[in-house]
Amino acid sequence: MTVSTSKRAGAVAGHAPAHRPRARRRRGSRGYFWFLLPGLLLSAVVIVAPVIMNVWLSFTSWQGVGDPQWIGTRNYSQLFHDENFWASFQHTGAIVVAMAIVPTLLGLVIAAVLFDYLGKKFSNRTASALRSGLYIPQVLPVAVSGIVWGWLLMPSGAVNELLNDVGLGGLTKNWLGDPDYALPSVMGIMVWIQLGYPVVMFMAGLQRVNPELYEAAEVDGATWWQRFTRITVPQVRPELYVVLVTTTIAALKTFAQVFVLTRGGPGNATLVPSYFAYRSFFQEANVGYGSAISSIMVLIILIVGIVFVRLQTRADRDALR
Amino acid sequence: MTALAKSPAAVEPESPPSAPVRHRRRRGPLAYVVYGVLLALVLLFLAPFLVVAMNSFKTASDFAAHGPLALPHGWHFSTISRFWDQVDFGQKLVNSLEISATVAVLGVVLSLLNSYAIGIGRVHGRPVFLVFFLLVNVVPQEGLVYPLYYMAKQVNLYDSKLAVIIVFTVIQSAFGTYLLSSVLAEFPRELIEAAEIDGANKWRTLVSVVTPISWPTLSVLFTFFFIWTWNEFFLPLVFLVSNDKQTVPVALAVLQGQHSMDVTATSASALLGVLPALVFFLLFQRTLTRGIAAGAIK
Repeated sequence: MTVSTSKRAGAVAGHAPAHRPRARRRRGSRGYFWFLLPGLLLSAVVIVAPVIMNVWLSFTSWQGVGDPQWIGTRNYSQLFHDENFWASFQHTGAIVVAMAIVPTLLGLVIAAVLFDYLGKKFSNRTASALRSGLYIPQVLPVAVSGIVWGWLLMPSGAVNELLNDVGLGGLTKNWLGDPDYALPSVMGIMVWIQLGYPVVMFMAGLQRVNPELYEAAEVDGATWWQRFTRITVPQVRPELYVVLVTTTIAALKTFAQVFVLTRGGPGNATLVPSYFAYRSFFQEANVGYGSAISSIMVLIILIVGIVFVRLQTRADRDALR
Repeated sequence: MTALAKSPAAVEPESPPSAPVRHRRRRGPLAYVVYGVLLALVLLFLAPFLVVAMNSFKTASDFAAHGPLALPHGWHFSTISRFWDQVDFGQKLVNSLEISATVAVLGVVLSLLNSYAIGIGRVHGRPVFLVFFLLVNVVPQEGLVYPLYYMAKQVNLYDSKLAVIIVFTVIQSAFGTYLLSSVLAEFPRELIEAAEIDGANKWRTLVSVVTPISWPTLSVLFTFFFIWTWNEFFLPLVFLVSNDKQTVPVALAVLQGQHSMDVTATSASALLGVLPALVFFLLFQRTLTRGIAAGAIK
């Protein structure tokens, strides 16, 4: 959604009515500023000030009581020698794969099959119904989907029971309790949660496409794969940006699933930065350390956000050319 | 844009694509294979819900005897109702409802004020404000949580729903501002000018002209904010420590792994967490649909 809105905002700003006398517009705009004031003040108090305070805290040693003590960059140098820190960011990489990359690729294919194949061979209602089914995991609170899967994956749970029943008893695992399988299990759950989002977004994007484009391609003898790569993918490029950036940012913030499913364990097998920071803040009362972790998270997420806005602006410019 | 959890944004365009090519519907065997594969995938996606729901109706001894995949021998509500009473689930529903609805209303109001200035008032430096609100929305809550926790304790707002409401109002309205500003930027100028000529001041114009006309978009924002806030976990977990203030996801999550939770109680807790979300999905589907039609998404 970001894409489309930024694009439209830009376009509109472009033709701000030039015929109106400038003086009048400026007088007007001063009067409007008051409407912005509550929002700006609240954002300053609730978001900006805490972020700044958090960064400041990351240079201190503090247990949450008494006065924080300035220790310079010691938290950071300690962090860079902490294997938990590197492990947690590696796991984030895995979760980006599971939340952003895999669902986007699968979602593209599924959306195209639903739209350009099943929708035509059967009916659009069939395609919509299948899409809704894939979307349902998306509406759950993530903590609740964690509970559902924690229950299914427990050692005597439904997944292992199913494997036993179909004669694959050798594949049963302690899915969340075995350090080798905990992270892949969490990744699988992420794919389940996320897949519906790109499917819905891409199908919405495809509705924009002039059907004649597909018809013309078909008449010219283009195969399904050719239509996919030459029409579908380029047409949903705006949605592709939105999906990738929103899911990547969400992956960097992953917390609830890990809290519910594994608490970062076993050992540090599923530790993620968010849970790592939470633990430092509220369980170890190591506030400076937690602030350093979360400041790094803020930095990474802001960079992802800004890179996205720049890429998007460039893409818009190219599109206009 | 937290979690694509945050994606009800894209739910369900109602009218399917404008009839793409109805002319030939030759279905070879391949079509049925593709259909079958996707149908199997969807059923696989939904199976967890069915299994969880089914086991919520078993007694503990039924579960012990027949395992998680057998159909229940008789449908018992005792597990669910015992769990409900044990955690006072009604109270949790009320808490979640209260927080989400308040955030949704206040968030829409704040979004509207901001966007009125940016989209219609075109205040100086509006691109900067837009980027500012976008960043406010994406900043991870981990980067605010400790200072907020500390501040809340100073002003006696720790362990209060009000603290959670204030923070989420700001976070949600930041997204709302971003979205609504671009919608209002296309608001017909003639209407604003007509109101000015009729002697309406800016406040009056906002209330009597802009708000009623933007109602469809506002109701979409309300819906998003409500669902997103309902699903939030991290900040409510930190801020709402007493039992009687917790939201549904927080209460269910902190119960996991406690001794009082046997296997069927856990499946009942999962079911009770899933149900409200499904209800909202069905209830709000139309509003979300209209949002897309209104161009909120494109």
